[in-house]
Amino acid sequence: MDQPPALSRDLIGRESEVVLFEVERGAIRKFAEAVQDQTPQSLRGDIAPPTFPTTFRMTIPGLTFDLARVLHGAQEYRYERPLRAGDRVRCRVRVADVYRRTGRLGEMTFLILAMEGTDESGSPIFTGTTTAILR
Amino acid sequence: MIGPVLAARPDEELDRGSALPDLRKPPITKVQLVKYAGASGDYNLIHTDDETARSVGLEGVIAHGMLSMAFLGEYLCWLAGPESVRRLSVRFNEMVRPGDILTCRGRVKERTKRDAVVQLQLEVWAENQRAERVTIGEAEVEIT
Repeated sequence: MDQPPALSRDLIGRESEVVLFEVERGAIRKFAEAVQDQTPQSLRGDIAPPTFPTTFRMTIPGLTFDLARVLHGAQEYRYERPLRAGDRVRCRVRVADVYRRTGRLGEMTFLILAMEGTDESGSPIFTGTTTAILR
Repeated sequence: MIGPVLAARPDEELDRGSALPDLRKPPITKVQLVKYAGASGDYNLIHTDDETARSVGLEGVIAHGMLSMAFLGEYLCWLAGPESVRRLSVRFNEMVRPGDILTCRGRVKERTKRDAVVQLQLEVWAENQRAERVTIGEAEVEIT
């Protein structure tokens, strides 16, 4: 099987386009139902669960890897306020770091992605940091 | 289950080291993983297709780490209300498989009070039926 080339540190700083996501009531409810989240405001579709920003998927030019070999190591979100149905969120994700470490599974590449979501006037709503581990 | 459960607690029950109430989730099912894949947009087949999971050395499908983080997100909303969640940071420590039963648990790390706002730094984690902490994190909530 062809192995994609290892991620290079040249990717650091590369970022996605700014993408506008609309927070839909139905998408909130579907997410809450899948999680079996009993929060009444989420089941009604009014307020998105805290990890809802994971649904905002963007691509970074030049960043490709074999999905089946990626482990999600860690995740952080910070919130100014919760997302609500009808919010229009401007999002962008950026490669914050790439580094190699040798751990119990051998040599691994760590990829740190930083994401931010603002409202249409540019006020911050949330930020996210993803640590992905490529085996 | 009507949140937020912490709002009704007297201050001394939220002191440093205080244990928070548990939130036990229903067993994880393969259908749930398919639903979560659809709802989240994470179509990595190691979560929904046993053949793909085995091809990368797993015994079968594993749950999305983000599903266990979503459980902890629900836990914070239950504890403090969805308007009160300021931060959630987790490390995915162990794999979660269909049939596993996760319970969200936590403890107060620090409580600070400014005017009418109580800020709580929490230690939170999801543990499985063998009491292994599969997803471990820190959180911050504000209660008014």
